[in-house]
Amino acid sequence: MLHIINKSPLSSGTLESCLRMNAAGDILLTEDAVYAATKGNAFEGKLREAMGRCKVYVLQPDLEARGLADRLIEGVTSVDHGGFVDLTISNNACQSWL
Amino acid sequence: MSDAVVKKFMFVNRKAPHGTIYALESLEVVLITAAFDQDVSLVFADDGVYQLKKGQQTKGIETKNFSPTYRALEGYDIEKLYVEKESMEARGLSEDDLLVDVTVLSSAEMGKLMAEQDVVLSF
Repeated sequence: MLHIINKSPLSSGTLESCLRMNAAGDILLTEDAVYAATKGNAFEGKLREAMGRCKVYVLQPDLEARGLADRLIEGVTSVDHGGFVDLTISNNACQSWL
Repeated sequence: MSDAVVKKFMFVNRKAPHGTIYALESLEVVLITAAFDQDVSLVFADDGVYQLKKGQQTKGIETKNFSPTYRALEGYDIEKLYVEKESMEARGLSEDDLLVDVTVLSSAEMGKLMAEQDVVLSF
């Protein structure tokens, strides 16, 4: 399953809930969720822990919009909008966490 | 305007810049307030600190990049910009990462400054 998160990890519990409930699967961070994939943020440890069991992707245009393209945590894969579509196709289902 | 009442206005910005409209709307109201010769302070706390991050490039998400506007605030005599230290550090950011010169305050110092205001607007 592809889990799509669009909320900042430091102002919303959405990403944390997703990680708590899901032991595996793909996670795509979009919009304000891209902050979770940046070095030095307070959620970094939790994301790195999740990366041991899930594949984590980040939407590159959203990272660039926030001025953080050079802060991406190693091991997180950046995708463009085309890559976003590919992920929705390669997974059997998608869940957009609100 | 010489005998006009000048109030202390504080704008508290706590939202990240592009995920919601709050940051842009705050900036619009701040610029309007500046026209009325008031004592304006801007606070950036929690995800609001991200509003000031250097290097924002919004071409890929096809929205207006309003971040350069923060650099123009000085021209409107808005020079009191405060960033909460705890929020900045929790996001792996330092003053060098920010578009403008700011005063970094601890949470306690920020609370004291808030308590001195006549009007506080929250975004």
